[in-house]
Amino acid sequence: MNAPGKIDPNVRNFQINFGPQHPAAHGVLRLVLELDGEIIERVDPHIGLLHRGTEKLLETKTYLQAMPYFDRLDYVAPMNQEHAFCMAVERLLGIEVPKRGQLIRVLYSEIGRILSHMLNVTTQAMDVGALTPPLWGFEEREKLMVFYERASGSRMHAAYFRPGGVHQDLPQKLVEDIRDFIPHFLKVCDDLEGLLTDNRIFKQRNVDIGIVSLEDAFAWGFSGVMVRGSGAAWDLRKSQPYECYDEMEFDIPVGKNCDNYDRYCIRMEEMRQSAYIMRQCCERLLKEAGPVSAVDNKVVPPKRGEMKRSMEALIHHFKLYTEGFHVPAGEVYAAVEAPKGEFGVYLVADGTNKPYRCKIRAPGFAHLQAMDFLCRGYMLADVSAILGSLDIVFGEVDR
Amino acid sequence: MDETLKELGAHVQEALPDAVGEVIVAYGELTLVASAAEVLKVLAFLRDDPSCRFVSFIDVCGVDWPKREKRFDVVYHLLSPTLNARIRVRVETDETTPVPSATAVFPGAFWFEREAYDMYGILFSGHPELRRLLTDYGFDGYPLRKDFPTTGFVEVRYDDERKRVVYEPVKLAQEFRNFDFLSPWEGPEYVLPGDEKATAPKAG
Repeated sequence: MNAPGKIDPNVRNFQINFGPQHPAAHGVLRLVLELDGEIIERVDPHIGLLHRGTEKLLETKTYLQAMPYFDRLDYVAPMNQEHAFCMAVERLLGIEVPKRGQLIRVLYSEIGRILSHMLNVTTQAMDVGALTPPLWGFEEREKLMVFYERASGSRMHAAYFRPGGVHQDLPQKLVEDIRDFIPHFLKVCDDLEGLLTDNRIFKQRNVDIGIVSLEDAFAWGFSGVMVRGSGAAWDLRKSQPYECYDEMEFDIPVGKNCDNYDRYCIRMEEMRQSAYIMRQCCERLLKEAGPVSAVDNKVVPPKRGEMKRSMEALIHHFKLYTEGFHVPAGEVYAAVEAPKGEFGVYLVADGTNKPYRCKIRAPGFAHLQAMDFLCRGYMLADVSAILGSLDIVFGEVDR
Repeated sequence: MDETLKELGAHVQEALPDAVGEVIVAYGELTLVASAAEVLKVLAFLRDDPSCRFVSFIDVCGVDWPKREKRFDVVYHLLSPTLNARIRVRVETDETTPVPSATAVFPGAFWFEREAYDMYGILFSGHPELRRLLTDYGFDGYPLRKDFPTTGFVEVRYDDERKRVVYEPVKLAQEFRNFDFLSPWEGPEYVLPGDEKATAPKAG
């Protein structure tokens, strides 16, 4: 705090540091706030405290080695990020993912969406003073992470989506368990809504806070819940369907008041819709068998069992895990509807086994840059509410 | 899909013949190669033209091609929710020539341009606050340039004697290994070890 030297009741702007160790900063964010009394005059977010140079590292790794870095971006919904990168590589290579692989991808993308929204909704409630929602919500997240673990061997950093499909098939029992989890999960959603939706304090802190018009939302590069909260029925899963989203039945919730509370309501409804999509995936996965990965053995490594019997598979395995596959020169932009918004990968390939340039377009980055625009004129206490509603994870903002 | 993109590209080119050079449709995506000085005109046209309406700003990023005379590409991605289409605008620049800042057209370019400046040293004229974004306070160099080593130049540690974080030149226990997997049969641009004599002029 730098207090003015001469006490003058008219000029009394305060500058305070919010973070980088503030619990409501959702990670390592340093906000330099300029306050007039309790009114926000200016917000200057300082980011980069979690910058790990992912884009530089990707340029030195083969495509397969590059893929796990994407788990470490938005680490509350890891597989959604992998998905964007895999789609970019697949588009350059021109390979098609078989139906069962697509279903598994959709299933796990939706699990990721619930993981992320669950974290966001409950911690935002914590930012505005409620303690029970995170305790209830994290229990469900833990169950979902066990599903991650049972598929990939890892709770968070899954490295499960691979160019061409997914790494391994799911065991039958796992699909059944996910299916049986859904009714229970929908009940938990109802419980959470019972805690929050009509909660007087929650509404006082969120209704009519953080208003952003649709025009501004698009111009600032917002996506996902941030534009749906402002009234656009825009969801890449519907408008530019990838994988087998066009075969799924689900609805897109849209807000009309453009505020924090609408975005909360959308996230709650999206979790339910994700659960419906998961149920459809599980039903089809139990009925339809098939390969989970493309059969092009110049891209997809052989399974271990095959390697023990076939010399050709052994050679392919060796080449793919040392040299990796070569991707034809070209540039693509592949985007997925990640829980936080449009997560895009702009991939420039030069024909070698390493990406020439891989720009990661993270939704949180575009949302956080608008903090100044969003917070101006609101009160100091609204900063944490708005920040919570933006759904920021520093792994993807700082990269 | 490709046909509509081609039509769209031709429409933009027709309206702005001296700003838009080439129209490329590849992998189902439309790319306009524009001249750096005129890029704001192109972006504003794409945003405002009733048959484009690329109102949603997606991304600005740099790409480094050190062998070229103008080494940087600045790549803009826009999205039109009305047409349900994406477009990419690419301009070229070098270390010293600034590109007009897109913040005047799309406020969302604010941090993306700061990032491009931070990572590549690409200059944007008319940007309200062109300072470093992701790197450390007082960082020197442009890390995403191809001639910047992946290991960087300095490392930090907490010095218990001086009671603060100190910067030191990077010390690696093992040299940074960057394997080259290009096939020798496909003609790499360097001489393979042992092959020096094969290409050297004959003695005597």
